Amino acid sequence: MTSASAASAGSAAALANGPDPELLWRLYRLMLYVRLVEEKIVALYPEQQMRCPVHLSIGQEAPAAGVAAALRPGDQAMSGHRSHGHYLAMDADLDGMFAEIYGKAPGCARGRGGSMHLIDRAKGFLGAVPIVGSTIPIAAGAAFTSKLRGDGKVTVIYLGDGAAETGVFHETLNFAALKKLPLLFVCENNLYSVYSPMEVRQPLGRPIAGIARAHGVATWEGDGNDAVAVWQMASEAVEACRAGHGPAFLELATYRWREHCGPNFDNDIGYRTVEEYETWRARDPLARHKALLQDRLGADDAAFAALEGELQARIDAAVAKAKAAAFPVDTLSPEDCYA
Amino acid sequence: MPDDAHRSAAVSTRRMTFAQGLLEAQAIALEQDPSVYLMGLGAPDPKGIFGTTSGLLQRFGPERVQDMPLSENAMTGVAVGSAITGMRPILTHQRVDFALVAMEQMVNQAAKWFFMFGGQVPVPLTIRMIVGRGWGQGPQHSQSLQAWFAHVPGLKVVMPATPADAKGLLLSAIEDDNPVICLEHRWLYGLADEVPEGPYRVPLGKARLMHGGGGKAEVTLVGLSYMSLEALRAAEILAEQGIEAEVIDLRSVRPLDEATILDSVARTGRLVVADTAHVRFGAGAEVVSLVVEQAFDKLKAAPVRIGLPDFPTPTSKALSDSYYPRAPHLVAAALKLLGRPVDPELFAVPEGRNLDQPDSSFTGPF
Repeated sequence: MTSASAASAGSAAALANGPDPELLWRLYRLMLYVRLVEEKIVALYPEQQMRCPVHLSIGQEAPAAGVAAALRPGDQAMSGHRSHGHYLAMDADLDGMFAEIYGKAPGCARGRGGSMHLIDRAKGFLGAVPIVGSTIPIAAGAAFTSKLRGDGKVTVIYLGDGAAETGVFHETLNFAALKKLPLLFVCENNLYSVYSPMEVRQPLGRPIAGIARAHGVATWEGDGNDAVAVWQMASEAVEACRAGHGPAFLELATYRWREHCGPNFDNDIGYRTVEEYETWRARDPLARHKALLQDRLGADDAAFAALEGELQARIDAAVAKAKAAAFPVDTLSPEDCYA
Repeated sequence: MPDDAHRSAAVSTRRMTFAQGLLEAQAIALEQDPSVYLMGLGAPDPKGIFGTTSGLLQRFGPERVQDMPLSENAMTGVAVGSAITGMRPILTHQRVDFALVAMEQMVNQAAKWFFMFGGQVPVPLTIRMIVGRGWGQGPQHSQSLQAWFAHVPGLKVVMPATPADAKGLLLSAIEDDNPVICLEHRWLYGLADEVPEGPYRVPLGKARLMHGGGGKAEVTLVGLSYMSLEALRAAEILAEQGIEAEVIDLRSVRPLDEATILDSVARTGRLVVADTAHVRFGAGAEVVSLVVEQAFDKLKAAPVRIGLPDFPTPTSKALSDSYYPRAPHLVAAALKLLGRPVDPELFAVPEGRNLDQPDSSFTGPF
């Protein structure tokens, strides 16, 4: 159940069985939804009404979609600073997200958090915060509750390659393995921590998943730009978690297209090459999945246009609502810190 | 009048130690609420955190009384994560110093979770930490960092000084829906006194007038944790010299009971604050600022802070004996405020008394 062989065998099996059309469309819908929401942020950010940092996941939508599609209602997820996709794929409240980014009263964190503090507990999204690595043990705590109560829930913790360098990452792997927690680590390895490449941060030749294996945690490694492969790996991993086999770990290779923080491209500032970017751009998870839908299901342009129109309308409505919403009344006091 | 209302006649009491008071609070919390669990390095071990968790494993089982990996930061995160999903964890550290690697989780997450997600999600979490002292605890086993925690909105900080308060404040902390830091001074663990039976609670954020209050007092001595006992001793020495003092045990650093302090200073006009921590930037400074800002016209002299000097705790007895202020330091401060002479004999150490022990029964090693 470890490493690349299991991953490729898994996705091969899924493809051999022919993942059902509904699932294939669901994966596409989730990825397109995340892409369109973030492209909307790109379009509107220059208006300077979204007055908080934004960390876009354009180009790396497949992990959020594939993992969310492997979960069932009641399951939970947490994330870090680049969390829009993880939140949206859990079907969390879009109106609440845009209102939060606009700093408005109906925001999912009442305007106190912004883009980096998304939460929708009704949909199992327990929260995202920007301190890298910090939600890893908190998610383990949520899984610990499930373990103590035997409620059958699986908790997903999304993290990046940088989080694998934090102390709590290692500490949490140890604890999760010790207690056989129903916790799925999903590591989106997009090669950069802000502008620092992997080779200045982690030893060559040691996959991040190798750290999890050293703790006795079952791992899967694979293509993070292939939604079907992600779904297959996540499905196996979630099943193992739910069966009580303990935590599972996915390392997914992917790439963010835009700058670390903000709506722009930053290939010109010299920390990565245009060639590298173009290589990953050619592996666009959406374009690949669209081709799959065309090839396998004969999906036509009208079907894609209809879906995009539907999602775009939903997004436009959420933006309009957020823009029209009131700002929170500025009556904060020390009492707001305490329940 | 001294605030002994909490020792109501209706509630029967037994004599027990500070450590037993802490133990009883946790046993009651575990008994009355299935969402409470206790976790700490050594919590279920034979020594039971200096007797404060002894027998709980046997009584409540290994799921509710857990040991843990030596991963204080992640385990604090685990406690936060379980607290936001319906549990009510008690996390315990054998020294404040050991918990410093967990400041990230305490300050960034536990303290802010309720606020930063718009008041939707409480974090009912209690973190116990012990302040070490004496028997050579040295630079990394004796820090008293209440000011760090109290500086952070979203945390509550309590420091019990008596066995009854140990029980009552800890039970209130566990039942509170917010993260509460409970700082326990190691020298108080063996202190015995009457403690009420049953689910006895002391409200968070309420100081206690321990001594005086008859209206003739000329100085207010505010103490925190172990220094409240030194303040009581100081009041006794002052009484021998015909000076009446009011003694306030703060009990909570955050919320700070401003009214009790201000009321007392309004009566006495003089203030000495004794903290277990470094003087500079400490809780004592907060108390003095409060009085200076809100009751300046009541002051007859400039307030005095008593606490640790501005260097880490040395280990050798030869170096640490002078490190910790004692009752005579409070007495001297009060006398100076009153313009009275200070007899150097005041500081003489009685024959056979070792200053690195609270009493002869304490022989370390930890």
